[in-house]
Amino acid sequence: MTWTRKDLLGIEELSREEIELILSTAESFKEVSTREIKKVPALRGKTVVNLFYEPSTRTRVSFEVAAKRLSADVIHIATETSSVRKGETLIDTGRNIEALKADIIVVRHNCSGAAAMLARHVNLSVVNAGDGWHEHPTQALLDIFTLKEKFGRITGLQVSIVGDIAHSRVARSNIWGLTKLGAKVMVCAPEILIPPGIEEMGASVTHDIDEALRHADCVNVLRMQFERDTEAAFPQQLEYFKQFGITQDRIRKAKKNILVMHPGPINRGIEISSEVADGHNSVILEQVTNGIAVRMSVLFLVAQANDQLEKHEDTH
Amino acid sequence: MQEKARVLDKDALNRSLMRIAHEILEKNKGTKDLCLIGIRNRGAHLAQRLRDCIEKIDQVKVPVGILDITLYRDDLTLIAAGPVVHKTEIDFDISDKNVVLVDDVLYTGRTVRAALDALIDFGRPKSIQLAVVVDRGHRELPIRADYAGKNIPTAQNESVEVRLEETDGKDEVVIVEKG
Repeated sequence: MTWTRKDLLGIEELSREEIELILSTAESFKEVSTREIKKVPALRGKTVVNLFYEPSTRTRVSFEVAAKRLSADVIHIATETSSVRKGETLIDTGRNIEALKADIIVVRHNCSGAAAMLARHVNLSVVNAGDGWHEHPTQALLDIFTLKEKFGRITGLQVSIVGDIAHSRVARSNIWGLTKLGAKVMVCAPEILIPPGIEEMGASVTHDIDEALRHADCVNVLRMQFERDTEAAFPQQLEYFKQFGITQDRIRKAKKNILVMHPGPINRGIEISSEVADGHNSVILEQVTNGIAVRMSVLFLVAQANDQLEKHEDTH
Repeated sequence: MQEKARVLDKDALNRSLMRIAHEILEKNKGTKDLCLIGIRNRGAHLAQRLRDCIEKIDQVKVPVGILDITLYRDDLTLIAAGPVVHKTEIDFDISDKNVVLVDDVLYTGRTVRAALDALIDFGRPKSIQLAVVVDRGHRELPIRADYAGKNIPTAQNESVEVRLEETDGKDEVVIVEKG
């Protein structure tokens, strides 16, 4: 199996083998972060540009740490303080970054498909760090990596995703990835937060949190995104916690070794209780550690593929 | 790829490894502060075997580590297919140790150069020595082996394959001609 994509735009278009290659490469990279000198020269001389059109701390920092552990140089462009405010388009920004001879753009954008559009217009590698409600591939990959690390396999596992499924790129990427690897996925949320067509992606639907937890090997708790325009259609926060919040009582009724995941940042007392978030079923902080290994793997693979591509074009 | 000659068989390979083990012990005056680190893939298996040889002679198990040098190579873009990154497994401190780096074939010296860079990132060994089964010449860097099973003069269009039971099903060293 060889990785040949210059970009990572989503999980939907990946084959099972490609996902497995990212995960096994990430396993090797995880060791690097345990060394005294947490750095390898694999991307020395490469420049990674973080281009974020939405506020993000953990994803941006995770990509930055990953790139630096591979010895790449990292530049961060926050659009609130850049020429984007003056009306520059995404494609123009991308071409300017290309003219700087950067090698990889890590992009987060509030429009679905933004990363894919950018990738079509530039020759450098594009890594999707979240586009609208569409996909957030590296988050799903780190969730699956953590799951695989704990259970040794993905096939046959039952994963429940609880929360605002309708507006969640994390949910979509996870459903694509988990079903490709043979896991069963159930989504759980109030009716209004379940998008139409989710069953066609291979997930089953429930509105009953106890049912979602009953057979689950893992529950992935999504953040309630109150900064997006869901408030009007949404019951009270407290009401949500009462009906869907992941509490110790509910975890006690689930499988003994159920894993509790959360992409962060967590809202304690809204989608998850502090007791569960800090409890022994929680792998929330391990997800953060694994995120670095997974992002190192992705940056390494796309950079390699793009080098091969350029070499190929030079000889033709 | 055409097999041209078989230069070592199973017994000869084992005798070579045993001799190298003796030489390592002689040069380092025993097993104190000694450790072996094999370069993936075959070097890792050879390091295990050298440890067994050393144990037979001195009844001491010296620490063995495995080094993956993919991330340190200077020729990543020259390799046709995408390289696969494997784990490095060194679960002991190499600082102030006499490290014997183990590989199957010494050729241009670039693999060893990468391995040296990688090792230095893990600590500051007292010394680093190099043990190989075959030294086939054609060095491109100022690197030499401290212990060699066999020196085999080769042409550039030939290659030397060290085959091991663990990876290839049988022990032998052959020269093959690239078609």
